[in-house]
Order: sequence, then C-alpha cells, then structure tokens
Amino acid sequence: MLILFCPHCGVEADETELAPGGEAHLRREGPGSADEAFEGYLFGRVNPKGVHFERWRHAYGCGKWFLAARDTATMRVWGTYPASEAGPPDPLRDAVTADRPGWAWRDLGGAA
Amino acid sequence: MADVRALGPLGMVTLRTDLAAAAGALRDGLGLDVPERLRIAGDTRRGAAWMAPDELLLFVAPGEGGAVAADLGRRLGEVPHLCADVSDLRVGFAVEGEGWREVLAKLSPADLHPDAFGSRAFRRTRLGQVAAAIWPEGDGAHVLVFRSFGDYTLRLLRQSAFDGAVGFF
Repeated sequence: MLILFCPHCGVEADETELAPGGEAHLRREGPGSADEAFEGYLFGRVNPKGVHFERWRHAYGCGKWFLAARDTATMRVWGTYPASEAGPPDPLRDAVTADRPGWAWRDLGGAA
Repeated sequence: MADVRALGPLGMVTLRTDLAAAAGALRDGLGLDVPERLRIAGDTRRGAAWMAPDELLLFVAPGEGGAVAADLGRRLGEVPHLCADVSDLRVGFAVEGEGWREVLAKLSPADLHPDAFGSRAFRRTRLGQVAAAIWPEGDGAHVLVFRSFGDYTLRLLRQSAFDGAVGFF
C-alpha cells in the first residue's frame, strides 16, 4: 500500500484516495513533429524496475494533480511535487541520488 | 453506538478563485474569514470550508444560496472567479454520539485521531466507495457526499454504527 504526500492539501494520502495518471513529464509532440516523435508521445512509455516518476491525482481529496518519485521494485517513495513543476526539485533529485547512485530515468539522472 | 441521521436541506455555494484575493469580499459579504488549509471557519449553518487550494464551500441558510452567490459575484467584480449555488449538489449526514470517530474511521483511510482531526478540521476523503467531506461538529461529525451517493452513504454509515466499536479511539 502506497502513502503519498499531497503537496497541494498537505495530506498523507492513502493509495485508495488517489487516481494514478501514468508516466510523468511527457512532452507533447503536436502538429509538425516527426511521426516517430508523435508515436513516442502517444505510446512510448518506460517501464523501469527502480526509479520512476509518475503522475497521481488526489481524486478523493482536493482533486489536484501531483508528481511522485518512487522505486517500482521496493515501493520506496522519495517525494512528491506539484504537477506544475517542469522537473523534480533539486533536493528530491539529491535524495534519489543518495539512495540510487547513477540512477537514470528518461533524460533525468544523477551523477555516478 | 453512534446515531446516524440525514441533515435537512442545506444552503451551499461553491467559490473557486484565488482565495487570498477573495478574503475581503468574503468578510464584507458573509462575515467569514478564509479558512486555513484543511479547516472550516464557522459551521454548517454559516461557514466556509476549505475544499482545495482554489476552492471553498460556503454554508448559508437553506434557500439563500442563489442570492449569496449573486452578491458574492458582484463583490468579487474583476477578480476571476466561479461562484454558484450548489445547494442541491450534495446531501449531508450527522453521525452523533459516543463512537462517531470509529463509525467513520472504519470506512475511511483518513487519520481521524483527535490530534489530527479535532475541532475546526475539514477533510475530504473516501468513505467506503464514495468521495466524502467530513468534519467534527456538535456531538459528532457531519458528512457531505454527492446527492446520488446519499442512499449508499446513509446505509453504509448505519451499518458501520450497527457493527459496533472496535475500541481504537
């Protein structure tokens, strides 16, 4: 069972209060983009064992979206941040790096 | 254990806006302060409950919702906002008497310990299978759910009360 901190309303929300929203930080490829880029935007998803960034919505609470950094194998959660952020905040990256040196996820990663 | 009953008609107005910018209009129009995060100012007769970072639910007298929404809209003027009478959107229940905490805690993942869920607290969470808002009031707590979930919620709460205490709180 996952418990995630909702950065909008400050509740330690149980997984059953949340709705999952898939992978975080997708960049939209709109009209004019290459076919491969558009296909990747629609269908290409990573499915890592380890560090993962994903979207969640506090559906039974304040209804706002936020993003979470989590290990898919151990269920360790490093932190959450509002969905309005373009990337994970530095303290959160440092926390992941401290635990998983050399981690990489999409174009994010920690120094080895 | 605790008693469960339906609250009568409630007057409710939803207000979505920059809450800090709406503080003046709210004080002048209704004499209410903007509640802190996860708090309710006032009560179910007249109050303002914190629903989300940009949303309040205002409790007014039954039948007054439309007039209050129109008045508040005028006072907010140029501040971007959405203000509407939603009195018929949700129904309320009261869970009263000894053991009310357990009646709710058995149905919800929320922390209902007196330290976390004391007076003035207002929490949106899950009760059984539906979304609900709960807050302590009077000799127990009030529960608010969408109207179409009303029958389900009433039976759910009564079953939880009937099943008795587990002795956690």
